[in-house]
Parts: sequence; structure tokens; C-alpha cells
Amino acid sequence: MDARQETLALEEPRPGRLAALVDREEWLGPLMIGPAVLYVVLVVGVAFFLAIYYSFSNITVGARDLQFVGLRNFTSVVATTKFQTSLWNTFVFAFVSQALVIVLANALALALFKEFKGKWLVRLLILLPWVAPISIGTIGFLWILDSTYSPVNWTLEALGLIGPEGWFMWLGVPHLAMGSVIAIHVWRLLPLATVILLAGLSSIPRDIHDAVAIDGAGFWRHHLQITIPLIRPIILVAFLFGIVFAFTDMIVIFVLTRGGPYDTTQVLTTLAFFTGIQGGDLAEGAAIALFLFPLLLAAAIVFLRIARRAEVT
Amino acid sequence: MATVETRGITKQFGETRAVDGVDLATREGELLVLLGPSGCGKTTLLRMIAGLEHPTAGEILIGGRVVNELPPRTRKIAMVFQSYALYPHMTVYDNIAFPLKAQGFPREEIPKKVEWAATLFGIQRFLRRKPRELSGGERQRVALARAVVREPAVFLFDEPLSNLDAKLRTLARDELKQFQRRLATTTIYVTHDQVEAMGLGDRIAVMDHGKVRQIGTPREVYDEPADTFVAAFLGSPPMNLVERDDCILGFRPEHFLPKGIHEGQVATFPFHVHRVEYLGADRLIYGELTGKWGEALVIARLPYTVGTPIQPGETYDFDVLEKDLKLFDKATGRRTEPRPL
Repeated sequence: MDARQETLALEEPRPGRLAALVDREEWLGPLMIGPAVLYVVLVVGVAFFLAIYYSFSNITVGARDLQFVGLRNFTSVVATTKFQTSLWNTFVFAFVSQALVIVLANALALALFKEFKGKWLVRLLILLPWVAPISIGTIGFLWILDSTYSPVNWTLEALGLIGPEGWFMWLGVPHLAMGSVIAIHVWRLLPLATVILLAGLSSIPRDIHDAVAIDGAGFWRHHLQITIPLIRPIILVAFLFGIVFAFTDMIVIFVLTRGGPYDTTQVLTTLAFFTGIQGGDLAEGAAIALFLFPLLLAAAIVFLRIARRAEVT
Repeated sequence: MATVETRGITKQFGETRAVDGVDLATREGELLVLLGPSGCGKTTLLRMIAGLEHPTAGEILIGGRVVNELPPRTRKIAMVFQSYALYPHMTVYDNIAFPLKAQGFPREEIPKKVEWAATLFGIQRFLRRKPRELSGGERQRVALARAVVREPAVFLFDEPLSNLDAKLRTLARDELKQFQRRLATTTIYVTHDQVEAMGLGDRIAVMDHGKVRQIGTPREVYDEPADTFVAAFLGSPPMNLVERDDCILGFRPEHFLPKGIHEGQVATFPFHVHRVEYLGADRLIYGELTGKWGEALVIARLPYTVGTPIQPGETYDFDVLEKDLKLFDKATGRRTEPRPL
């Protein structure tokens, strides 16, 4: 026994430096999370702090120096009607689309929770918008909603619902344009919300549903008084995630309407882009982009709190 | 009040037949226990009676009416689940009131009914709490109150005690029995625990592989098992089964005692002892039959009143009263008429 122990001790390979590092938890953790931190710092952090810096300066595209101007960018931009319209549009766009997403995702998740033939195909079709590149999907919709070639108008006419004079300018009329961009945004976010809610639904034990059936509740009582309250934290997560996304993303509006007609679909993200990048006023663009940051930060904190509470229970 | 009857009830899940043509009829107000190992189909049978599972074939009658096509809520049943299935986001009061609201009970009478059900189980002081703030035993009472509150014609219990710790379980079993006696509501009770089944059941239906092997009072299924499955499933340790020629001989460990203790007609077996377990109230003797009985492993259970010294490695003569010897057919496992050995 003693001899064996001795040989074991002798033959044990001398640990390499890396192996020794990886064996120690206080090093392994930082090592694993390092790339993610680096990514966030370089790609998000630098840009973010640069934007804060710019928003308090008078920088423009091509300028060689900049001066600190305090809150002037904020005060001047807030006073413009263009900004006020965009702010209002941002809220309409985010909340209407998110309300629709939650209601529709609920219905879809309920439908997909049941077993039926061809379920995998339906799941695939619903998930497709999420895996397709957003800009390509949106460009597809640019054609679908085209004022001259729109297959939607063509179908409506073929069904006799509108005449040849009644073709809709989906992206060219104020309210219709907002409705269109909201619809496309809903189409795009629906898959994610559906999957999140599906996960929530499958976390409810079967016994609870059985008890509800035995207790005699009908569909609406079952759904509104039992199912929804039980997945409320998860619905909230999906909702907040979608809200933050709608506030910070510009691709659908940028591709479809570029904020038009007459700024009726202009939101803060597109306005910031047009002012800062295309208009060259980097400082004001940065100020617009940062305007909602405190609100979104608050939303993110609530979001994290709910996530933690859902973990605990 | 109502009785439950199943006629040739069958449930097929893909290739497997979970319940296989079960004919069962409860009597008015009795507590019928479905007892069997896990996977024997007892829970599936209960879920079909509840209406949570649709039978592949056969009929279910509650109160003499075929209910196959009726949803659970119109069957006048209440069910208590193993997990209790309380609604976690509702207070105890709302949990108990839920079935009343769902079934359109007059609004002003609901508080009175809830109060009544809560008093029945002594949980009035928890009415404002949420289920997660209650102990296991308290939750179980809430589940019972929720089942009782609508005064169903039939109670269905799916292992309601198995989430309680052993001490609490004995107490809860006693309470459950008393409460069922008082309400005299027909009850079907699923369990895999034979002690629970023997202690609670007016009658026991022993199930295996989707079939009912025997229905009878606890005494009948224990003393007169219909086949080797029932014989081996009930009792702890189970009945000794010894193969001989075309039959199987069965006797209970507690009937297998050293020579000279039984009085009357006995059969004597040479018993070679391997091991003795001292359990306080009794001794378990593990060993094998020798001689013409050929190395069959058996167990004897000696009560503490039998003080005969028993040593491992020795061979003793052990007796069984002839009336306590059961004979089973070797091919079918069914009980056969007693005959001389």
C-alpha cells in the first residue's frame, strides 16, 4: 500500500500552468465570462459612453474638435415638434405593438400547447420570422405593402371588398402607415413571445389543470383566473423585453417608411439616426438616442427583479 | 349519493393497455380502495372515472347514468390529488370558493359554505393565507375542504396521503376515515400503500397490469387471496409461495411457527435457518425448506410471545395449520381447492 502511494505521488504529472489555472474556481469563472464582458465593453460600452460624451458636446460629422455645451442639445431638441411627435410615436409604436404581441402570443401559445397533427409544422412556421434576417423579411413586406403592386390590395379587390380606385397606400397614409409598421413589428416579435409563453404554460403542473376541470370552470374562467395569473411573471418578462426592444430598435420603420409620411411613423431611434448620422449633427443625434435611457434603465431593473423572483419561487 | 360502476372499461396508450376491461361496482357510501403497484393502471382508472381521461372502450356509470361523454364538472364528483393541486396564487378561502363560483353557486351563500367546509377540517384560521404559507398537512386539509365544499356525490382520492411524512400520515388516515364515515359519501381511493388500503378500505380492489385481480374486504383479500399476485402483494413480509409439482403452496410468515405452538391439524416442514432479524415486536426468520420441499426460500415471523430460541445454521421443524395453507394452480396462479399434500 505504502509503495503504491509512493509511485502514485511520483508518477502524478506536473500540472501545466493553464491546467492549474483552470482548476482554480476563482480563475475559471472570470476566464469563462471574460469574452462576454469584453464584447459588451467594446461593442456596447464604448459606443454608449461615447454617445453620452457626444450628447453634451457640439460635435458634428467631420468636426476636428468639440466643446462641452452642457444640456444645450437636450433643451433645444426637446422643444422641436419633430421630437415631440417622435416621442409620442415611440410610445404608440411600442405599447400598441406589445399589447398586440402579448394577446396574440397568448392565443398562439395556448393553441400550440395542445397536441394535434402537424404541430411541428405550425411551430416551424411561427418561429420562421424569428430566424429569418429581419431586414430581408421587412423588405419582403415593403413589396407586399407596395402602393402599386401590393398583393394585399390585389386580394382585397379580387374578393370584391375594394374597387380598383380603393387601393390602400399602406405606407403612404399617416394612420395606415403606423398601422402597417406596428403590424410588421408584431409579426416579427410574435415568435419570441410565443416561445416564452409556451415555456410558462408548460411550467404549470398538470394537476392544476385537472383540478380546474373537476372544479367545473369553463374556458375563460380557467384561462383568466388560473392560467394567466400563474404565468404572470413570465408574461411580464416577455412584455418588458418586447417594450425595450420596440423602444430601441429601428429596422422595421427604417426599411418600410423611413419615418414618413410627414414624420407620422418617426420614432426616437430613427430620428436619432437621421439627425446624427445622415444629418451630420452627431451631438443632437446622441441626445435624442439617450433621451429614453433613464426610462429603459428603470424597465430593465424591473425586468431583472421579476426574473429573480421567478427564479426563487 | 351515488354509486360508481365501470363495465369493461379499457384504456389504451399506444401499444400498452393501461386499463384492461375492468368491471367494478361500488356500493352506496362505501370507501373502495384501488390498490396496486405503480403502473398497474389504478390512477388511469380513477382519471377515467373523473372524466380527465377518455376510455378506449367500455362504460362508466355514476348514479346509474352513463357518463362517458360528460365533462368532469357535470359528473358530480370531487377529486383530491397527490400534489393537492391547490391554486398557488389564491388564498385558502378563494381556493375553497373556486368550485362554488365555477359552478354558479348563489353568490351570497358562498361565504357560509366555505366557512362550513373550513370548520369541518379545522382550517378557519388559515383562510386568508396562501397555500405556500401552509404545512403539508394543512395543505391536505385545504384540498379536502375544496373537495367537500360542493357536496359531491362521489369522492375520488389519488394517493392523497403519500406526500405527508409517516407520522402525520397515520393521523391523517384516521381523520380521513372518520370524515368519510360521517359524510357517508361513496369514495374511490387510489394507493400503492397496502397499510393505507387495509386501514381505510371497506373493500379493496387489487390491481395489476390493468386488471382487477380481486375485490373484497381487507380480511378477504388478505386471508383468501384469489391468486399468487394478491398473495405476494399483500402482507409484509408477503406470503411464502412454495412450488410443488403442479401447484404452488402458500402460507403467511406469521402462520409459520416452531413445532408445538399451533394446536390442531398441522403440516410440518423442516426449516433451515439462514438469518434472524430482531424487530422488537417480532422476529423475522429467513431460511429455506429442506427435504422433499427442496430449497424453497421462506420467511417466518415470530411474535415476541414466541420465545423459542432460533440459531442461524440450524434446522428446525416448523408448523402451519392446515386451514392456513393455500393452494394455487401453477399454470394460472389462481387459487384452487385445498387437497391433501
